[in-house]
Amino acid sequence: MAKQRGALFPYIIWIALFVIAPIALIVYYSMLDLSGNFTIANYKAFFSPVYLKMTLTSFWYAFLITLFTLMIAYPTAYLLTKTKHKQLWLMLIIIPSWINLLLKTYAFIGIFGLYGPINAAVEVFGFEPKQILFTDFSFIFVSVYIFIPFMIIPIFNSLDKLNPTLIYAARDLGASSFTTFLRVIFPLTIDGVKSGIQVTFIPALSLFMITRLIAGNQVITLGTAIEQQFLVSQNWGMGSTIAVFLILSMVVIMFLTGQKKGGRVR
Amino acid sequence: MKSLVQATIAIVVVCALLQFAANRLESAGSAGSKDTITVYNWGEYIDPELIKQFTKETGIKVIYETFDSNEAMMTKVQQGGSAYDIAVPSEYMVQMMVEQDLLIPLDHSKLPNLNNIDPYFLDLAFDPKNKYSIPYFWGTVGIVFNPTLVEEHLTFTTWEDLWDPSLKDKVFLVDGAREVIGMGLNSIGKSLNAKDDDVLREATNKLITLSPNVKAIIGDEITPLMINNEATVALTWSGQAQDMMWENEELDFAVPEEGSNLWFDNFVIPKTAANIDGAHAFINFMLEAEVSAQNNDYVGYSTPNRAAMALMDPEVISDERFYPAEEIREHLEVYENLGPKWLGKYNEYFLEFKMSLR
Repeated sequence: MAKQRGALFPYIIWIALFVIAPIALIVYYSMLDLSGNFTIANYKAFFSPVYLKMTLTSFWYAFLITLFTLMIAYPTAYLLTKTKHKQLWLMLIIIPSWINLLLKTYAFIGIFGLYGPINAAVEVFGFEPKQILFTDFSFIFVSVYIFIPFMIIPIFNSLDKLNPTLIYAARDLGASSFTTFLRVIFPLTIDGVKSGIQVTFIPALSLFMITRLIAGNQVITLGTAIEQQFLVSQNWGMGSTIAVFLILSMVVIMFLTGQKKGGRVR
Repeated sequence: MKSLVQATIAIVVVCALLQFAANRLESAGSAGSKDTITVYNWGEYIDPELIKQFTKETGIKVIYETFDSNEAMMTKVQQGGSAYDIAVPSEYMVQMMVEQDLLIPLDHSKLPNLNNIDPYFLDLAFDPKNKYSIPYFWGTVGIVFNPTLVEEHLTFTTWEDLWDPSLKDKVFLVDGAREVIGMGLNSIGKSLNAKDDDVLREATNKLITLSPNVKAIIGDEITPLMINNEATVALTWSGQAQDMMWENEELDFAVPEEGSNLWFDNFVIPKTAANIDGAHAFINFMLEAEVSAQNNDYVGYSTPNRAAMALMDPEVISDERFYPAEEIREHLEVYENLGPKWLGKYNEYFLEFKMSLR
C-alpha cells in the first residue's frame, strides 16, 4: 500500500499544480474588484439581465451545435463500422482536425461570401445570391463542422467494441432492425455518445473566435465575454467570475453525462 | 514500451535541435547590443526600404517586430522579456504606459528633426511637452461607404445617415468599445470621453435603435469585405479606409460633422530599451522630411510632419477626407485614458449593445 502511494506522488503534485491551483486562482480573482479589494460585486453583476441573457443564449447555441453534431456524427460513425477499411475512413474524417481552427474559419469566410462558391451555386439555380455570413445558420454550420470529428471518435469506438453476437441474438429473438437499434445498439453505445456530448457541448459554450469571424458578434457567448474582460477591459475579476460559472456549468454537464459504474451488462 | 521510449527520445532530440537553432538565430540578431535596435510596430506600418537606408546611414541594425493591438503591445512590454527600443502606441496607451512607468523620457536635444512636426500636433493633452512621445501618424474615425450601392441622399456627413431605413442589415461596425460607444455619444451630441452614466445610457439606447441596420461587428476582416463589395457601409479608422480605397476606387470616406475621434500613433522608448541612443537616432531619422514623405507614400495614413508634406503630392495632402481643415479638426476629440472603472463601463455598454443585435 505504502509503495503504491509513493507512485501516486507525481500525479498528486501534477493535479495540485495544474488543476486545483488554477481553479483556486480563478475563484480568488473572481472576488477581486478593479483595485484589488475583496468584493462580491462581480457575482452580483453576473446576475444582471445582460449576463443572464448571454448565459442563456450560450447554452441555447451550444445545445443546437451539439444536437446537429450528434445527428450527423452518429450515423456516420455507424456506417464507418460497416465499411471494409474502417480505420482508413476514420483517419480521413479526422485529418481536417489537424488543420488550424483559424485557417478553417477564414476559409469559410470565403466560401460563404457573396461571391463565394455557395452563392455561385445558388445563382445557377436561379435564386438571388444572399449574404450567408454573419447569420445563425453560418455560425452553427461552421461550429458543427469543427466539432464533428470530436463527436465521431468516441461514438465510433463504442460502436466498434459492441459485441456483434448481441445484435444477432436480438434479431433471432424477432426484433426489427429499428427495435434492435433502439433497445440494443443505442443503449450499449450511450457511453460513447455521452463523451461525444461532453467534448462538443463544453467547448461550444466558450467558443469565441468564430462568434466574431463567422457570426459577426451577433452571437455572444460566455467565451467572448471572458476574452473582452481580460483583453480589453482588463477586468480580471469579472472575467474570472464568468469563468467560474463556466466551470460550474461544466461540472453539471459532466455530472449529467457521467458514466454510471456497474449495473450494466456488457 | 520500447516504441514509447523511442518516440519520447525522438521528441526530446527534435526539441533540443529546434531550441539550438532558435538560439543560433537569436544570437545572429544579437538583440540589445550597441549596434542594433528592436522596433516594435503595427503591421504594414513602415516602408521596409527605409529600415535598410537607416542601417546603411548609421550602421545600426534594426530588428523589426509587429503587434496588432495596443493592449497586446503593453502586456509584452510589461513582461519585459524582449529588449524593445521603440514602440508605437496610440495616444491613450501612451498615457497609460506613462502612468504605469513603462516609458523613458525622450532627450529632445537628440531629436533636432522634431522641428519638422506641425506644432498643431505637439504638446497635446495626453503627453504635455512631448516628454515621452513623438507623433508618427494620425487619423480619424469615420464611415467608409460605396456610393454606388447606397441611396443617393446618403453622404454620411451626419451620423444620422447610419440610421437610414434603407441600410437595413448593411452596416458593419468595428469591434471596439471606444469607437462604437464613441459614435453613439457623438450622434447624440455628447463628448466621446463622457464619464456620466446617464449620458452613456442615452447613447447606448440610441445605438440599440441602430441594431436592425447592423450586419456585423468585426475587426480587420472588414477590409476585404469592403474591397470585394460584400459590405456597403462600415465604421472604421481613416487609415483602414485609405487601404480599402486604394484597392477599390468606388469607395468613399466621410467624417460626420457632429464630431468624431482624432487619434495619434506615437514613437516611444519603453523601459525595456537596451540601446537608447540608437532609438533616438531612429526616431530622428524617421522625422527627416524626405524619409517621412517616402514613408507616407507607402503607409498612406496622415502625417503630422509639415516639412514632409511640402515634398508630397499636393493632391494627397489637399484631400480633406484625410487631412481635414483645422476648423473641422476642432470638432474632433482625442480619446482620454478613461481609467479602468470607466473603460469597464464602456465595455459593459458595448456588450449590452451587442446583445441587442439578436
